[in-house]
Amino acid sequence: MSATQESSATQRSLSLPDAWRVEVFRKPGVDDPDGAHLLAAARELGVDALRSARAGRGTLLPPTLSESAVQAIVRELLADPVLDDVRLTAPQAAPETTPGKHRVLVARRAGVMDPVALTISRVIARAKLAAADLHVSTFTAWELEGDLDAAALETLASKSLANEVIEDVRIDGEGLHYGPPAKAKSHGRVEVPLAGLDDAALLRVSIEGGLSLNLVEMKTIVTHYAELGRAPSACELETIAQTWSEHCKHKTFAGIVEMREDGELRKIDNLLKTTIKRATDTLAKDWCISVFHDNAGIIAFEEDWDVCFKVETHNHPSAIDPYGGAGTGIGGVIRDILGVGMGARPIANTDAFFVGPLDLPASEVPKGCMHPRRILRGVVHGVRDYGNRMGIPTVNGGVWVHDDYIGNPLVYAGTVGLMPRWAAHKSVEPGDAIVVVGGRTGRDGIHGATFSSIELHEESEMVSAAAVQIGDPITEKRVLDVLLQARDKRLYRGITDCGAGGLSSAVGEMGEDCGAVVHLERVPLKYPGLTPEEIWISEAQERMVLSVPQASLAECLAVFASEDVEATVIGEFTSSGKLELFHAGEPMCELEMSFLHDGTPRPSRQAVWDAPRVDDPGCPAPRDHEATLLALLGAPDIASKEWIVRQYDHEVQGMSVVKPFVGEASDGPGNGTVLRPLATSNKGIAITCGANPHYGRLDPRRMALAAIDEALRNSVAVGGDPDHTAILDNFSWGNCDKPDRLGALVLAAEACHDAALAYGTPFISGKDSLNNEYRVGDETIAIPPTLLISALAMVPDVRRAQTMDLKGAGNYVYLVGRTKAELGGSHYAKQRGANGGTVPAPDLADAPRILRRLHAAIAAGTTKAVHDLSEGGLAVAAAETAFSGGFGLELDLAQAHESGFGAGFDDDSVLLYSESCTRFLVEVAPEQSVAFERALDGVPLARLGRTVAEPELRILGRNANDLVRIPLADLKAAHQSGFHG
Amino acid sequence: MSTPKALVLRAAGTNCDAETVRALELAGARAETLHLNRLLESPSRLEDARILVIPGGFSYGDDIAAGRVFGLELRAALANDLRAHVDRGGLVLGVCNGFQVLVESGLFEPDRDVHERSIALYQNASNKYECRWVTLESADCACPWIVPGELTPTPVAHAEGRFVVKDQQTLERLRANRQIALRYVNPAGGAAPYPLNPNGATFDIAGICDPTGRVLGLMPHPERNVAPHHHPRWTRLPERSEGEGLALFRRMVEAARAATV
Repeated sequence: MSATQESSATQRSLSLPDAWRVEVFRKPGVDDPDGAHLLAAARELGVDALRSARAGRGTLLPPTLSESAVQAIVRELLADPVLDDVRLTAPQAAPETTPGKHRVLVARRAGVMDPVALTISRVIARAKLAAADLHVSTFTAWELEGDLDAAALETLASKSLANEVIEDVRIDGEGLHYGPPAKAKSHGRVEVPLAGLDDAALLRVSIEGGLSLNLVEMKTIVTHYAELGRAPSACELETIAQTWSEHCKHKTFAGIVEMREDGELRKIDNLLKTTIKRATDTLAKDWCISVFHDNAGIIAFEEDWDVCFKVETHNHPSAIDPYGGAGTGIGGVIRDILGVGMGARPIANTDAFFVGPLDLPASEVPKGCMHPRRILRGVVHGVRDYGNRMGIPTVNGGVWVHDDYIGNPLVYAGTVGLMPRWAAHKSVEPGDAIVVVGGRTGRDGIHGATFSSIELHEESEMVSAAAVQIGDPITEKRVLDVLLQARDKRLYRGITDCGAGGLSSAVGEMGEDCGAVVHLERVPLKYPGLTPEEIWISEAQERMVLSVPQASLAECLAVFASEDVEATVIGEFTSSGKLELFHAGEPMCELEMSFLHDGTPRPSRQAVWDAPRVDDPGCPAPRDHEATLLALLGAPDIASKEWIVRQYDHEVQGMSVVKPFVGEASDGPGNGTVLRPLATSNKGIAITCGANPHYGRLDPRRMALAAIDEALRNSVAVGGDPDHTAILDNFSWGNCDKPDRLGALVLAAEACHDAALAYGTPFISGKDSLNNEYRVGDETIAIPPTLLISALAMVPDVRRAQTMDLKGAGNYVYLVGRTKAELGGSHYAKQRGANGGTVPAPDLADAPRILRRLHAAIAAGTTKAVHDLSEGGLAVAAAETAFSGGFGLELDLAQAHESGFGAGFDDDSVLLYSESCTRFLVEVAPEQSVAFERALDGVPLARLGRTVAEPELRILGRNANDLVRIPLADLKAAHQSGFHG
Repeated sequence: MSTPKALVLRAAGTNCDAETVRALELAGARAETLHLNRLLESPSRLEDARILVIPGGFSYGDDIAAGRVFGLELRAALANDLRAHVDRGGLVLGVCNGFQVLVESGLFEPDRDVHERSIALYQNASNKYECRWVTLESADCACPWIVPGELTPTPVAHAEGRFVVKDQQTLERLRANRQIALRYVNPAGGAAPYPLNPNGATFDIAGICDPTGRVLGLMPHPERNVAPHHHPRWTRLPERSEGEGLALFRRMVEAARAATV
């Protein structure tokens, strides 16, 4: 924590709130899991003096209420007769405290969303306990017992009890805030004179205004306004900054790149169009319904039904507030699905986290950063609490660990939707009402779009407090429920989500081809006092924007009102070609849509790639294969993530066919998830992903190929049809103003093109986050190039869906695919501390055929279990499939076709630990082996061994020596030995 | 025989309504989803329903406590209508959040002032949301759709599912009234420690009924185990025609058909 924040935590203010104060504690004898949780956290922080802790749920109610009214509210609403004790304190009176215990009060900062307070206020009115629209706020009162000094209390408060970006903390003191936040200076139209400013002054305007516009862009704006003969208004500048931000405009992917590789120069005009989109265009699959231009990609599913998929990043907000950042990340991508076409029903969420080492010593956590464990816990809880409340199963994802995510963790969140075919497309007509629905607008999330486009640094926690958004999932759930009713009644013509950039982005995009007028004072606010600019660019969550024909406006508004969702007409789409904003009649903004959307300058950027010069460290045999395998199983990327999945409701909506964890004890790490979206059809969808952050720095091209192969082989392994699979790209990269970062991006994007064509799997949507660097002092650390590939595949018949756990004794086990000496970036190399070597990549001529043949064999029912080989190679896959199924496995490496990998490469070790792509272990019953082998004709295939009843993994080396003999229970224990939250 | 009508009541945050409707329809009922606001506008809509189901979800976000707000709304505006529904032979099922709502509604303790409630559901002992499969054993209870001794694999998905009682007398009263309906068990025999009992519930109680046997609440989700492939180990089992959870719905619909309303 920085100095200014320390002062807030240690402040001993005695001011008492002018409000009724209710503190609800568990009765003595009723255990308090929150307290137990804090004890565990304190031990982890080294605060051993804490002996016990209790959490009291606090509520502040208006002083104007009578005591009997407050008591009724407590009895009916705030306290449980079986579990709770209540402390009621009159306005401005000192609260009851327990002698000998420290008290820590934690409350949301003024103006930060407080969904529980909102619920309390509403139900008080609905149950007629008091008047409507009471101001309510909530807090937590902690009672801590133990010989705690000031430093220990401070550590607990800042590291466990509160996130001071959004919460105020009072240690053994008072000072709870009650009442609406202080008003900002409200103002009318503000002009920002730019004419005559030199370069330095222009940049100062950009930086001080938090606009994140570069000099070329500022100069373009100066020229434009010089032509108009006037100065831009503050509102106009904000609108331009938001629309032109990297987050919204993807200037890098759409820009011009001069790429130098191995001394050769080539020029790329629009990287996205010439690689990823081009592959989709070339493939021209007729089942691609809507790709790249809407909030998500849409593909055909069943007759009259489509599915759609979108994956987003929410990296910078999650670094500052992991819980809120991840929650609003998932909330945002869900809104993408609500806003694709005419809106889809979200049926599944995905998440992927890339964090620093979970065992990082506390002393090595850089200033201004949170410990990776706290980040991972926070983001998991954020996705859990938002996704579960939305009633959307979180079904697929992963966690990857690398040193260089310490200061800049990555948080990806995805949502799959189901929609009727007719709803795939939307439109906007001049004269349509602009209707904002859902949550109210507050000062939350100002400058999120521009913030996410800059580097993080030590003070990020401070300057970006305003960029943090707090999610309110139930408001979004209300919107979901009622929105789909309005859709099915066809009451609106177009829709989009209010995400980064707020109304500015949503209305600006929808009105791009016609024009729009908005009256900002009509936008419903959480509290008074927002400036017109704040209203326009606020990223308050849970809002959608509709274009509603005047003829159906009244009915549309009534549908929203029927389930207590606020829907407000804030303006109208026009045919003026202009974006016009007014506040209480005063003109705030008049911008040509053409300048706003097409005026972004496209400077050339330099890119370069020089392959790192490191010698191939080879693959010597380890001293002990058993110890090596057990350590691999416990490596953070490989170890069980069951502690995460069990906290996610992954079965809600009742579509589940293959769950994330499978096998005899439901603790086997599945390859992917299968859902059956329609109760009337046995057709399913498979949802999988692929990523590997250890490959990219060595070879970004092979890294991208491998990520695509991994997502596809996971998909095929659960029953997905590789000829009816769509993929999504999500790039998180370092600062692409630096040529080497951009060079790696070019290579990865080109590889995406080549792989998509080879496999016949079109990209349907993607997103990039390109400024993931962290600055400490003078040093800048970039994340490793990180490409997450998400796949959505059709499963022709869910009854043929496949899992990875061995099903019985006496079956054959085959290795499908070819093993090569590809240990660059592998987990075995990492364990040895070796760098360099050949990064795994699929053979694009061979791999698609392997996937197709294996899919046919699975669809024909010839297989018992299928598991893909990825991190840790054959050894890890064999261990996983065996302990998950509870049957032993005997493998003989002499049966593999590959050997003679060369000097410095031990054959057995390459076979066991190489991470070569497009490989699977497949269990086949002896009576099916002929049919299976026939189905895989022409594919590299070796019968490596058999399943046995004895619960042991036994691997024989090429010299018939025992390399591994480990009981399944020990393998499982190693897999479950990692971090558990 | 007529097809009994089931009303699936949802509020803001309810999220298991669609699969609950599907389970009821598979079991032979005519199911209709209704928003709480509509029932508050016209409580008489309850009159032609033989079954009322409050499905799972996060009504009002679990704010304050799971089921608290929805439960208060039922008590404040519909207490008499719910009582009348049960008195005329109507059935009530609360699943997960629906169970939490029913506990708050007071239906399980008809003879007590609702403010003197002696049962509660609260935070899991693990202090975590738990999404996993458990085995339920049906007890000999007042509810006729529960077949004593039956073992049923069923998923749970909740953060506040720990059933607790105010005192030992409460537990005795529940036993005496034959209100204990479903318990978490170890399918291999013996005690059911975490995670077999996923939330630390007293006496491993997963579900209870009211003294009439017409109101049943349970934390686990039988509606998530109605299709053959819902079971987490279906790929390891012989071919199945349906999930084990469907039987509960079928027997409930049968009971509703037989009841004179």
